[in-house]
Amino acid sequence: MREDLDLYRYRAWDERLPIRWPNGARLAFWVAPNIEFYELDPPRNPHRSAWPRPVPDIQGYGTRDYGNRVGHMRMMELLDAYGVRGSISLSVALCDHHPEIIELCKARDWEFFSHGIYNTRYAYGMDEDQERAMIEDSMASIARHAGQQCAGYLAPALTHTEQTLDLFSEAGGIYTCDLFHDDQPTPVRVRSGRRFVSVPYSLELNDTIVYVVNRIEPRRYGDMIKQAFDRLYLEGEAGGTVMCIPLHAYQVAHPHRIKAFEDALAYVTGHSDVWVTTGREIAEFYLDNYYDAALAGQRETRRPG
Amino acid sequence: MPLDPTYLDYAHRGYGMDHGRYDWSMLADRSPVEWPGAAKLALWVNVAVQFFPLNQSGKPFAPPGGMSTAYPDLRHFTLRDYGNRVGIYRVLQALDDHAATPTFSVNAAIAERCPALFERLLARDNEVLASSWHMDTLHYGGMPEPEEAALIDRSLDVLRSAGCPVRGWLSPAGSQSRNTPDLLADNGIDYMADWINDDMPYPFRTRTGDLVALPLSLELDDQFIIRNNLHSEWEYAAQVADACDYLLAEAEATGHGRLLALSVHPWLLGQPHRIGAFESALEHITSRAEVWSASAAEIVDAWREQQTKQT
Repeated sequence: MREDLDLYRYRAWDERLPIRWPNGARLAFWVAPNIEFYELDPPRNPHRSAWPRPVPDIQGYGTRDYGNRVGHMRMMELLDAYGVRGSISLSVALCDHHPEIIELCKARDWEFFSHGIYNTRYAYGMDEDQERAMIEDSMASIARHAGQQCAGYLAPALTHTEQTLDLFSEAGGIYTCDLFHDDQPTPVRVRSGRRFVSVPYSLELNDTIVYVVNRIEPRRYGDMIKQAFDRLYLEGEAGGTVMCIPLHAYQVAHPHRIKAFEDALAYVTGHSDVWVTTGREIAEFYLDNYYDAALAGQRETRRPG
Repeated sequence: MPLDPTYLDYAHRGYGMDHGRYDWSMLADRSPVEWPGAAKLALWVNVAVQFFPLNQSGKPFAPPGGMSTAYPDLRHFTLRDYGNRVGIYRVLQALDDHAATPTFSVNAAIAERCPALFERLLARDNEVLASSWHMDTLHYGGMPEPEEAALIDRSLDVLRSAGCPVRGWLSPAGSQSRNTPDLLADNGIDYMADWINDDMPYPFRTRTGDLVALPLSLELDDQFIIRNNLHSEWEYAAQVADACDYLLAEAEATGHGRLLALSVHPWLLGQPHRIGAFESALEHITSRAEVWSASAAEIVDAWREQQTKQT
């Protein structure tokens, strides 16, 4: 184990890059629906158990299954209504289990990126070959079923190894959602020296963190989104910011929660200087326009030698 | 040391579910359901009538709402008993005032421990569905099948011999073993409420034919919102009202009837500082003309009749 994986260098927020997003927008807004498949009886991982109750944990399983059976359509139609194309963090086995959902999202030109094979298969304990095989499987599945070159990564159930980002970059990925250190994209150091970036993905505004970990009221979640937006929109004037709302249809699309979210979504998309976009488009725009400047202006996190 | 190579095998990676209990289907793709009287929204109020024993075994986990201090946990024992002595009468009054039909999910131990309450419930002629023996007789993965079969048989026998034509089942803590659905069907149970993966009933396979899965929402359960999430009672009422409005609007937009399933615990909502919020939620729902308040079995029957008609 290491004290720090040294994935990125330091930049003070008040010295951030003066990013301008396309059409002069000051805030890049993206929504990342996590479309996941949890297995009823996954193999045991020695570092983390999949379910709190003995198999079959039908309450945990049913909670997730609700998202695909009921919630997905509600969430997707809501994003349609506000002109948002989702950037899907995908348990790629869902391509096999529920191809209907994949087709609906393809028809909307949503982005698909890798969230592993199943959200019940963890990277903990994998050696490099195993994790590479899992990542390559996930990217090949997206290419085969969605017809897209997978650009982004969010580790399944946020389970990482020291090599995760190196391996994903070597497999052809260009951005990660696994790092929560900034409100702008940042270059990420990978061992190959390839160009690779972090795109902000707010764990704090993630509906599962909000509803399951922090146990927040639905209307307060809507207020949190509006307040986060107000601040990032204000600060975006001096240097473009990124706002991400990570979703799970099994949380946000319940009948007692979705209206409060809709109010917040209407608020955000009702502003003019907002670039409503996807994770990949943010990563590509940043790589093309700001990555080199960012590298040049960053400070080491500690003194060399 | 790497993980066992089989960790990267995906035996069930194929179309549909990773088990054979029910078919994969999206709610939006199902055939429409119309409730009696052309109602848009069926309201099922499930009132839990529970016994939490003081000598809780906690096997294989402590049930939500169960004992949590060192023995004897008189604090939680009596807080739960309050529901059967006081809270339930407030809840029933609130339901009656709003002409909302309760369905009682009853731990069979109530019939023996609290016959006065049990008789009052029977006299009302509302539906009783079975909820195992008590809150500490959990059905769980790895439970020996004969033990579970005896538990189900004993629970159903007490309720049925008291004259309840029990058709429905709700497991304590929503927990099942792999065998539970088969054992329920073997015992003439016709629908169960434990699977929370849908907003409408759906067919569920067992070795002796299909059950109906009638999902009792956990996310909208009073205990989940107030005790687990620590939201206020008025926030509970607001969430119930929002759910009602959303489901009505969805039914209106799609032409498909919807179900509002409220799981209510008298020991929680029957407290004097919470009952007003429950009344306000009921007022919100029952003031809508398109709402059909019904028992769980009536909802199952109305749904099933239309499934048959369509085939």
